[in-house]
Amino acid sequence: MEKVKVEICCGTACYLLGAANMMDLEDQLPAEWRGRVEVEARTCLELCEKENLGGAPYVRINDTEIMAQATPEKLTARIGELLTEAE
Amino acid sequence: MLNGSTFIRRELMIRIVRAFDDGTLEKELDQIPIKLRPKNSVASGCCVYHDRAIFKYRLMALLGVSVEDETDEAKSLAAYYAEKAWGGGANDTRPKTPLSVCGPACSGCPDAKVVSTPNCRGCIARPCVYNCPKKAISIVGGQSVIDQSLCIKCGKCITACPYHAIVKTSVPCEDACPVGAIRKNDQGVAEIDFEKCIFCGKCFAACPFAAVMERSQLVDVLAAMKRGEKLVAMIAPAAEKQFPGKIEQLLSACAKAGFADVMEVALGAEKTTEHETAEFIERMEKDQKTFMTTSCCPAWVNLVGKHMPDLVNHVSLTPSPMVYAHEIAKKKDPSAKTVFIGPCVAKRSEARRKDVDYVLSFEELGAILAGRKIDVIACEPWPVERPANPTARNYARSCGVTDAVLAEATAKIPGFKLDAKQINGIDRKTCAMVKLYAAGKLPVNFLEVMACPGGCLNGPCSLT
Repeated sequence: MEKVKVEICCGTACYLLGAANMMDLEDQLPAEWRGRVEVEARTCLELCEKENLGGAPYVRINDTEIMAQATPEKLTARIGELLTEAE
Repeated sequence: MLNGSTFIRRELMIRIVRAFDDGTLEKELDQIPIKLRPKNSVASGCCVYHDRAIFKYRLMALLGVSVEDETDEAKSLAAYYAEKAWGGGANDTRPKTPLSVCGPACSGCPDAKVVSTPNCRGCIARPCVYNCPKKAISIVGGQSVIDQSLCIKCGKCITACPYHAIVKTSVPCEDACPVGAIRKNDQGVAEIDFEKCIFCGKCFAACPFAAVMERSQLVDVLAAMKRGEKLVAMIAPAAEKQFPGKIEQLLSACAKAGFADVMEVALGAEKTTEHETAEFIERMEKDQKTFMTTSCCPAWVNLVGKHMPDLVNHVSLTPSPMVYAHEIAKKKDPSAKTVFIGPCVAKRSEARRKDVDYVLSFEELGAILAGRKIDVIACEPWPVERPANPTARNYARSCGVTDAVLAEATAKIPGFKLDAKQINGIDRKTCAMVKLYAAGKLPVNFLEVMACPGGCLNGPCSLT
């Protein structure tokens, strides 16, 4: 089964604007998802340029999908959807 | 703590840093409110126009301007910026009053009162009625009703009701202020009485509308760097866990961001420990019955100075870690200018008294790092000559000063006894406690006071 890859931007802008709340995301996920979700902290993903600062914190899911204004709740919900789709 | 209001403050700070570095700040300043709230966007308050008006005041505070001093509403941000003449560097940019209230942001919260809500079931036990010492509660049409002319807001009915039907409404800033310095004026807008204010920052942290603002030196620091001033970043011990990575990495990040030199304030704390212990032993030798209280928390020093004149002689004369750190930096390079970086509002008032040149909050430092794309975790640790002593790094925690002084004194005098007590957070109750210690009604010879519960780690401008 494929894993869901989650890259949390820990550039200082995203960190200040909410990524600090997602540092322990792995511990917040339901236990039954263990091993199926790969969470990584990344240095600046360069998504907050110009007028896009208000979209921070940014998270990249499965290399292509970008989530703006990410929160642990929004992320958990999206990971759940992707895991259900994969089944 | 991150919430809606800290988000917007941090976003504005980062935008300021980016625009400053692009050389477009003066041109962009007045456009920021519109860019953040274009028409048809979702407003945080009643409408985008109100939001924009508030953003203008927030930007003024970030430029270091006091909203209270505004005389011309039509004056543009660009005009404020130009007027401050960043290029010169001759003006003292340290604000006399580091806090400022943004009137249009203040919600004018209704006066605190105890009220019954529709959760009331009109039960027959009526614990609210029976527990009210003033007989202020009656049951009308199956619902409890509180006579406001009799109610003394003791809250007994609130705890007695099993349905949580009675609540106390609050004015968060007034509730948070330990000295009654913030009050609503005739127009119902919060106003700070700066004669009373101790700059503890509790109202700043408490207001859900972020109507209380800090007057920042952010742009002053950016301008000083651009002028080529040699700025020394002095990182407070509370920096632990503020940013990802280690303190040494944070020091490197500061150097990368343009500070000429970097150091831990904890090195100053080592000196505070040494001198404060010696001072304490000397005081005890003179008079066994007296007591000494700590001097490292500037809000506490302000509190004593403004509200507890009887205690002035009991406050340690030993300079704070920030002041010693400043001395160390000046000794190393007399031409350097010092920048204290911490979680504290009151340090801005101490910096003014003690000649420290600039104060930044961790948020403001974060904005500089974010604006300049510096990630702390990507930085190599700074090659410090030696790391600060763990007891000195511990100054940011409640009990930290006590532990440091006790360890130092025990090393000098074996079997040394310290009758230490801690005031862990200043509020109205603990202010009353302090008065009991001062009157000799409670035994103590070393009284540590920290304005923030838990110590500086929970300062009003901490990031996490």
